[in-house]
Amino acid sequence: MFHIFCPYCQEYREEEEFHPSGQAHLVRPADPASVSDDEWGDYLFFRDNPRGIHHEMWVHRLGCRKFFNITRDTTSYEILETYRMGEQPSITAANAEVRREQGVQTADGGWQTVGAQPENSRLNEETPS
Amino acid sequence: MTQSNRLNQGGRIDRSRRLSFTFNGQQYMGFAGDTLASALLANGVDVVNRSFKYSRPRGITAAGPEEPNAIVQLGATEAAQVPNVRATQQALYDGLVARGTNGWPSVQRDVMSWVGKLGGGFMPPGFYYKTFMAPASMWMTYEKFIRKGAGLGRSPSEADPDIYDHFNQHCDVLVIGSGPAGLTAALSAARAGARVILCDEQEEMGGSLLDSRESIDGAPASAWAEQAVAELAGLDNVTLLPRTTANGYHDHNFVTLHERRTEHLADTAAAAGREGEVRARLHRVRAGRVVLASGSHERPLVYANNDVPGNLVAGAVSVYIRRYGVVPGQRLVLSTNNDHAYRAALDWQEAGREVVAVVDSRAKPDGDLAKQARDAGIRVITGSAVMEATGNQRVSGAKVVAIDTERFVVTGKVETLECDTIASSGGYSPVVHLASHTGKRPQWRDDLLGFVPGEVKGMHVAGGAHGVYALGEALADGAGVGAEAARAAGFEEAAAIAVPDVEVRHESPTSALYQVPHEKPPLRAPKQFVDLQNDVTAAAVELATREGFESIEHVKRYTALGFGTDQGKLGNINGMAIAARCLNRSIPDVGTTVFRPNYTPVSFGAIVGRHCRDLFDPERYTALHQWHVENGAEFEDVGQWKRPWYFPRRVNGKRETMHEAVARECLAVRRGVGILDASTLGKIDIQGPDAREFLGRVYTNKWAKLAPGRVRYGLMCKDDGMLMDDGTTSCLGENHFLMTTTTGGAAGVLEWLELWHQTEWPELQVYFGSVTDHWATMTVTGPDARKLMSEVTDIDLDREQFKFMDWKEGKVAGVPARVFRISFTGELAFEINVQANYAMHVWKALFAHGEKYDLTPYGTETMHVLRAEKGLIIAGQDTDGSVTPEDLGMHWAVGYDKPFSWIGQRALTRPDTAREDRKQLVGLKPKDPKVVLEEGAQIVLDPEQKIPMTMMGHVTSSYYSPVLESGFALAVLKGGRNRMGETVYLPMSDGSVHQAEVVSTVFIDPKGERQNV
Amino acid sequence: MSEAHSEASVGNAATFDTHPGADAGVTPESPLQWSRVQGHVTEEGGAAEQIRVVERPFLGHLVLRGGAITLDEAVRAELGVSLPGKPLGLVLDAEGSRSVQWVSPDEWLVIVPAGEEFELENRLRARLGDAHFAIVNVGGGQTLLELSGEKARELLMKSVVYDVHEHGLPVGKAVGTVFAKTSVVLRRPTEARFELVVRRSFADYCVRWLRDAGREYGLRVESASP
Repeated sequence: MFHIFCPYCQEYREEEEFHPSGQAHLVRPADPASVSDDEWGDYLFFRDNPRGIHHEMWVHRLGCRKFFNITRDTTSYEILETYRMGEQPSITAANAEVRREQGVQTADGGWQTVGAQPENSRLNEETPS
Repeated sequence: MTQSNRLNQGGRIDRSRRLSFTFNGQQYMGFAGDTLASALLANGVDVVNRSFKYSRPRGITAAGPEEPNAIVQLGATEAAQVPNVRATQQALYDGLVARGTNGWPSVQRDVMSWVGKLGGGFMPPGFYYKTFMAPASMWMTYEKFIRKGAGLGRSPSEADPDIYDHFNQHCDVLVIGSGPAGLTAALSAARAGARVILCDEQEEMGGSLLDSRESIDGAPASAWAEQAVAELAGLDNVTLLPRTTANGYHDHNFVTLHERRTEHLADTAAAAGREGEVRARLHRVRAGRVVLASGSHERPLVYANNDVPGNLVAGAVSVYIRRYGVVPGQRLVLSTNNDHAYRAALDWQEAGREVVAVVDSRAKPDGDLAKQARDAGIRVITGSAVMEATGNQRVSGAKVVAIDTERFVVTGKVETLECDTIASSGGYSPVVHLASHTGKRPQWRDDLLGFVPGEVKGMHVAGGAHGVYALGEALADGAGVGAEAARAAGFEEAAAIAVPDVEVRHESPTSALYQVPHEKPPLRAPKQFVDLQNDVTAAAVELATREGFESIEHVKRYTALGFGTDQGKLGNINGMAIAARCLNRSIPDVGTTVFRPNYTPVSFGAIVGRHCRDLFDPERYTALHQWHVENGAEFEDVGQWKRPWYFPRRVNGKRETMHEAVARECLAVRRGVGILDASTLGKIDIQGPDAREFLGRVYTNKWAKLAPGRVRYGLMCKDDGMLMDDGTTSCLGENHFLMTTTTGGAAGVLEWLELWHQTEWPELQVYFGSVTDHWATMTVTGPDARKLMSEVTDIDLDREQFKFMDWKEGKVAGVPARVFRISFTGELAFEINVQANYAMHVWKALFAHGEKYDLTPYGTETMHVLRAEKGLIIAGQDTDGSVTPEDLGMHWAVGYDKPFSWIGQRALTRPDTAREDRKQLVGLKPKDPKVVLEEGAQIVLDPEQKIPMTMMGHVTSSYYSPVLESGFALAVLKGGRNRMGETVYLPMSDGSVHQAEVVSTVFIDPKGERQNV
Repeated sequence: MSEAHSEASVGNAATFDTHPGADAGVTPESPLQWSRVQGHVTEEGGAAEQIRVVERPFLGHLVLRGGAITLDEAVRAELGVSLPGKPLGLVLDAEGSRSVQWVSPDEWLVIVPAGEEFELENRLRARLGDAHFAIVNVGGGQTLLELSGEKARELLMKSVVYDVHEHGLPVGKAVGTVFAKTSVVLRRPTEARFELVVRRSFADYCVRWLRDAGREYGLRVESASP
């Protein structure tokens, strides 16, 4: 059960007040008519599923009804930052090395693409009881 | 029965309050302060259960939640049945009735024992998988029998008379466990001013202090505990929760606690004289910081026949003697690899019973407690261990032998000691469960011979939970950790409390002994149990490793080690140690194990809380609900709304069927006038200079020229081009609109508008607000609608003044109203919006005037029939997220040439959305007019085709039309619009096949003349 | 701000007085009418219980949308109170009968005595001219419940996920949060009481929940006569 800092209400609130709304920073092509079917299909259907740093959009549905973004580690479920719509994250997979030194956990490589990476071998060793 | 094992004095029980209870049909006496387990032991009850797989007799083994055997079914009445209660955690109350969970029909003579006897040689691990899975079809049969035999407890067949609830708690520091470390941690945090919750699963707070031999500040440890608890109880910023188990540790320091509020008093709250109070409460705690002071569980040693009643873990012996005044036997043999367990022998002797011997696996135990035992004249056999217990229903002796723990062999001659109780101790395992619930793996510590919690953000570990066992050290550790947690929670001044004086004891190191070698090879020796609850033996673990299961997680799944309610509290480490020995690896190499919530079983009642019975789900009512109820409406659930479904009348003393009522309601609307409560429609107020532009982007059609006073129907798509919702939007002012949505879509559409505004087009000046509940909406419709309306409103209803798709403001029955000329029935219709608080007045006035027109209230079913006759869709019924406006034949509602690429436009030219043979909305007319096709029925073109048939589409809406005097349907059909007039087939599950003709979706008044009068 | 502007803005948005007026002889029904018929709600007054829940029906509820800078001056001029200065703020006028609540960075809930809302909306609109703002009358869609009594806080702990302790919800704070299986606006206007703003269609559910959760303490739900 997440504890989420709402950047508009300016305090931590219970997950039940929020609703996840998918990957953050998706860009709708400015002129849809000019993009190819493939590009439009990518925009419509393809999403990242990284192990590690991920940027997600959430909405404070039962609170202030504002959408905002979360940088979350998908391995530890730790929320590293929340920021308002229109702002950029300060923690990304690219600068994760720096953040790791600062004590922020990231996944191996912190990759951000879909499917292409081999499964982390450690996944096979450990299963919960 | 007498309490033969009860001491005349000592313990924390109240001998003046005698309690009567029944176990397995026999009546016994105990005292207030007993657990069910201590009372059973006091009465000399040896066998409390039969084992899961081998059906062996089992007795009480431990004194806490780790108890694997004494699992009971509780409850004097059927309604009060509670399965899987650990007798060690159940407080005794007068009139308690319990029976052993396993061992149907009785624990003494057991029908399952044949399996056990056969199984002696025949039930290796994987037995069930290998034996009963073939043929697979028989598993359900086997499984029913095995489950009953294995007896996993049963749920009551009558409704639970008790109530349960949830409590949302917030605190700065949650301390889990009230032993020495927990108490000092709570004191440090509380004195710093932090909001503290201290919970403990036992009846009484104090943990190990309650059975300790040691003194604090010169007084018994238990006295210090009482004083500490009293101080905490007096602080406003502290919440004490005894009898409360922390069962789940979830993300971001969210912890679920299960508090037993009346379960310790009686079968039900009412029986306890606490009518109206909750039986159990689930605390949902969001903690700034968590201090895990859950202590440790003592590990038993693994030796032959270590499951015979009379085998206990050593610490439990001390707990029963010191807390309950119960000595669970006459003659004790203690088998240990450590110093601390010696206290069991000392306590036993001081209770006046015989200690036959202490058998210590170490060569030269010279700690203070060992010396004390020798000084007390107790025989100490060193370098040895109990290799095997003898006896069947009760221990009769202990076979003791010298062992070499390094080479795992016996090295001397077996000596048999006569005794009735064997206490064993193989060291201590920190209770790391909660720390691993979010996936953090425990870390092995060679110096402790145990796992300690991995690092969990926001959690601090204190005392025995990370291997700080010595009393003085645990007190100091807790004090420091409590202060650290409080500082981390923002109480910067927090400091460790001064810790009381405790005598420091010298202890010699524990030796690494888990399984005791036997003179026979492991697979030939009598059973050496690792997991008593799941009947997993050392031989089974060894066999699993031989069969190639090398990871402890695989061994676990193959053998069932650590399954069930037990979750490996006693057996996990021993199992891993045996696997490690067989594989010639170290314990951490074999793997670590993590635990899932819950730590102990939680009743469904507590999980459900108050969300049951008539509070299971919210029921939303319109402002007219009372009228609907009083006028006999049958209701339909639409989302959480209760909407009138139809209004059956009594005709000739008989209540109409739904079919009759709906037919009557339909005809009333088509021939006279009907009225519908449409208040549940979603309504969104939209204001701002860019409102019009915004509408153009989220709707498929054009909005640039809609004038104030006009209404337009709109389709809303997602960006994939599929319809998501529809409704009318009225222009209230140049920059002001009122959008309606489907009943179910209201919240989703508002969030959708906000999503696009906030994330994609924040530059547009527009605001949205829900007014769904503010307005009550009544639809007056039918040829007589204008006549009726003219009697109650000052609005000019002239058809030229007030056209179809206009709206006007005025008064209806004296109440300010907005009236919209929109129609979902195909008839002349007026949709009246008034402020909801005035709705009943207007509704009743309409009926007062409507009597002469036989104004007929109709419900959702009639609404569905009427709209379907007109080919009007319901988003979510005739569409399913894969239907485009073009599929629906609604090209007329799509603005292909709008300047901005509205949501969904681009997708309509993707190859798949542009296909010719997409499923398209059509009408179906059954060849037999009496047939009403099933909604969801699949459409085929060739009824003779072999299964699997080529499915061409399906029925989305289907009704009987009293006007057409025929069944009719809407359906989606591949290439449907080019199949007009064709015959299609609908095979039914009973083998029959219906025939239908593909027709237009509009069955009545195709030119729309009736609504435009 | 010119007269011409304010007239234009009123023309751009339709305002609507929802009330029939006292002489129309129309009796309104509060959102708790059905609960009252079911016996869940009693007349105001009566024996003291550990928790009192009192409905304040028919109040004027307006949602104000717009930037704080845009709205603040108009609200101060027309209502006599400033917009709450920080998120989740709740301010009351001197009488305690008019309140302004922060809902989101561009949304405020104004609650005023019954019948005042239409005039207030018109005055605010006139004052705000052609600034970008919105005012929505939602008075028919929600009702206000006051909770008081020594066990009110415990009752709320059973009902809402928000921290209702003094630290979490001091006087002058208001939040939207989860209530049982629906949502409410939870307000702390004074030391002595909490307030719940509940949606009309959920009002009966909320009251039945409060009665059930409050049973062990003794609880009455009261409402003024219709």
